[in-house]
Amino acid sequence: MISAAKLGFSRRNLPIIATMTVFVVLYMIGGMTFRGFLTNRVFFNLLTDNAVLGITAVGMTFVIFTGGIDLSVASVVSTTAMIVAVMTQAGVPNLFVIICAILFGTLLGLVMGFIIHYFDAPAFIVTLSGQFFARGFGYILSLDSVPIQYDFYQKASSFGIRIGNGKLTLPAIILLVVIALGIFISKKTKLGRNIYALGGNEQSALLMGLPVGKTKIIVYTMSGFCASLAGFVYTFYTLSGYGLAAIGLEMDAIASAVIGGTLMTGGYGTIFGTLIGTLIQGVIKTIISFHGELSAYWIKIFVGGMLLSFILLQRVFVAGSGKRD
Amino acid sequence: MDKTKKPLPSIVWPLAALGLILLFNLIFTDGFFSITIKNGHLFGSLIDILKRCSPTMIMAVAMTYVIATSGIDISIGSILAISGSVAALLVWGGNTSYLSAGADVQPAALFFIIVVPLLVSMVLGAFNGLMVSVVGLQPFIATLILMVAGRGMAQLLTGGKVLNFSHKGFEFVGRGYLLGIPFPFIIAVLVIALAALLTKLTPMGLYIQAVGGNKTASHYSGINTRMVIFLVYIFSGFCAGIAGLILTSDITGADAGFMGLYMELDAILAVVIGGTAMSGGKYNLKGTIVGVLIIQSLTTTILTRGVPPEYTLLVKAVVVLAVLIIQSKRTSDFIEKTTAKVSKAGAA
Repeated sequence: MISAAKLGFSRRNLPIIATMTVFVVLYMIGGMTFRGFLTNRVFFNLLTDNAVLGITAVGMTFVIFTGGIDLSVASVVSTTAMIVAVMTQAGVPNLFVIICAILFGTLLGLVMGFIIHYFDAPAFIVTLSGQFFARGFGYILSLDSVPIQYDFYQKASSFGIRIGNGKLTLPAIILLVVIALGIFISKKTKLGRNIYALGGNEQSALLMGLPVGKTKIIVYTMSGFCASLAGFVYTFYTLSGYGLAAIGLEMDAIASAVIGGTLMTGGYGTIFGTLIGTLIQGVIKTIISFHGELSAYWIKIFVGGMLLSFILLQRVFVAGSGKRD
Repeated sequence: MDKTKKPLPSIVWPLAALGLILLFNLIFTDGFFSITIKNGHLFGSLIDILKRCSPTMIMAVAMTYVIATSGIDISIGSILAISGSVAALLVWGGNTSYLSAGADVQPAALFFIIVVPLLVSMVLGAFNGLMVSVVGLQPFIATLILMVAGRGMAQLLTGGKVLNFSHKGFEFVGRGYLLGIPFPFIIAVLVIALAALLTKLTPMGLYIQAVGGNKTASHYSGINTRMVIFLVYIFSGFCAGIAGLILTSDITGADAGFMGLYMELDAILAVVIGGTAMSGGKYNLKGTIVGVLIIQSLTTTILTRGVPPEYTLLVKAVVVLAVLIIQSKRTSDFIEKTTAKVSKAGAA
C-alpha cells in the first residue's frame, strides 16, 4: 500500500495543501463568475497590489516562527514612506534617501529585538511601543500627506516586464525576491534552523547551545527591514507619504502567516504558505472589487471567516501530530 | 541594616510613575489640580482624566482576568464598535432609511438600547470563549478572528456610514453627571466593584489564577477549567459592550470604522504596566487601575501643556518602555547588586 506520506500528503504538509486548494478554488470561483478574471493581468495585479502586505508578512512570519510577534510593522511602513517623501522633498540625494529609509525600520527592529532579549520583556508590549514610536515619528515629520515628485519614483511606479497582457511590476519583483530569500533562509541556512528551534522550545534551544539571544535580535531586525522595504515599495503606488497610512496592516500580515499555516506558538510554518496566505486575501479583495456591489467591509468578514476555517483545519490536522498549545 | 527586607510589592513602580506624572503637573501645570463646580458638575483636569479613562478602564479590568488565565483578547475594540453600532441603530429604531429626509424615526425603548448591545457583546465574548476553551485555539488567534471580522460586521450594521443621533436618555450614559461625578466613571467604579466582588467572594479569582498558572494541574484538581476560561471571555465581551455604549453615547454617534480602533492595545498596555505578567497565573487589579490612570494622565498632561498632539505617541512609547525596563528582572537584580555593594562599602 502506498502510504499517504509518500505522496506528500503527510500531516506536516496538510495545512499548506489546504491553503493552496482554497487559493485555487477561490481563483476558479472568480474565474467562473467574472469575465476577464483568468487573465495574466489579474494574476500579476494580484502580486503587485499585495506586494506591501506580502513583504511585511515575510518578516512577520520569521518573528512568529520564534514564537514572537511584531506589532510595529504597519507604522514602520507608513513612516518609511513618510521619510522618503520628506527627504526627497528636501532635495536629499536619492541613494541616501533609500539608505536612510531602509535603515529606519532595520534599526528600530534591532533595538526592539535587543530590549526583548536583554530585558526579557514581552514582545507584544515592546513592539507595541515600537508602533507608537514609529507612528509618532511619522506624525512629527508631517501631519499632512507629502507628495513625492522625483523621476525615480515616477519611473519605478510605471516600470514593468510585460508578460502576455500582464505586467510584472517592480513591487511584484521585489515581493518574489523577498519570498525567495525568505524560503532560502528558512530552509537552507543555520539561521533558519535556529529560528525554528527557538520557536519550538526556547529552553531546549538554549540548552543545545544555540545562540538564542542573537537569533531573537536578528529576527526582529529582519522584520524591521522587511517593513521598511515594504514602506519603500509603498511609495511606488501612492507617490506620497502619509502618517495615517497602512493602519491595521500588522494584523493582515499576521493573518497572512496564519492562513498560510504558521502556528502562532512558533516553531512551525513556511514562508511559501505566507505568500499563499497573502494571495488569498488578495483574491478575496479582487473578487469583491470585480463584483462591484459588495462593499469593502465584506473583505474583513470574509478574511475573518477564512481565518476561522483555516485555524479549525489546523486544529484538526496539526494538533494530532503532537504540537499543542 | 534590616536584613529581613521584603521585596517591594509590584504596585510600587506603577504608582511611582503615576506620582511622577502628577508631581510634574503640580509643579509645572497651573491649575491642574483645581476642581471647580460648574452647573453642579465637578470640573477640572483630574475629573477629565477620570471621565476619559473610563471606557479603557472597564475593558482593562476584564483584560486583567483574561491575561491572568494566560489568554489575551484583541477583539474588544471590534466588539466595542459592534456594541456602539447596535445601540445607534436602535436609537434610530432599526430603521435603515434614517438618512432619507422626513423618515419617521421611532427609537427603541432605552432599556433595549442598553440591554441589546450588551447581550450581543456577551454573545461575541462567548464565541471567543468557546474557541479558546472548547476548541482549544490560541487566544491571540481565536480573538483575531473577531477582531478582523467584527469590524466588518460593525460597518455592515451602519452601512459604512457614521450614525449620528440625539437621544436625551441614552446620552446620559456617556455625558451625564450623577452627584456631580461623570456617569462613565461611576460605571467604571461599579464594574471594578463587581469584578472585585466576584473574584474575592467566590473562588473565581483563585480559579482564574490556577488556570493561568497550570491548566492541566487545575483540571486534575477538579476545576472546570473550560468554564472558567469561557466565563472570563464573556465578561471581556460584556465590558467591551459597556465601553461601546459609553463612547457612542458620549460622541452621540457610531463610527464603526474607527470606534475603539487599537483600544485593545491600550487595555493590554494598562494591564502590563500595572504589573500583571502576560504569561498569566497572577493578576493585579489595582495595578491595572493605576496603569489606565498613567496612560490617561500622560495623554491629558501632554494635551494641557500645549505640546503638539503628534508628540503624544512618542512620549507614550518612551514612558511604556521605561516602566517595562524598570519592572524587568534584570533591572531589579542590578539595583539589588548595587545597593548590596554600596552597603558593603559603607560597612567596610
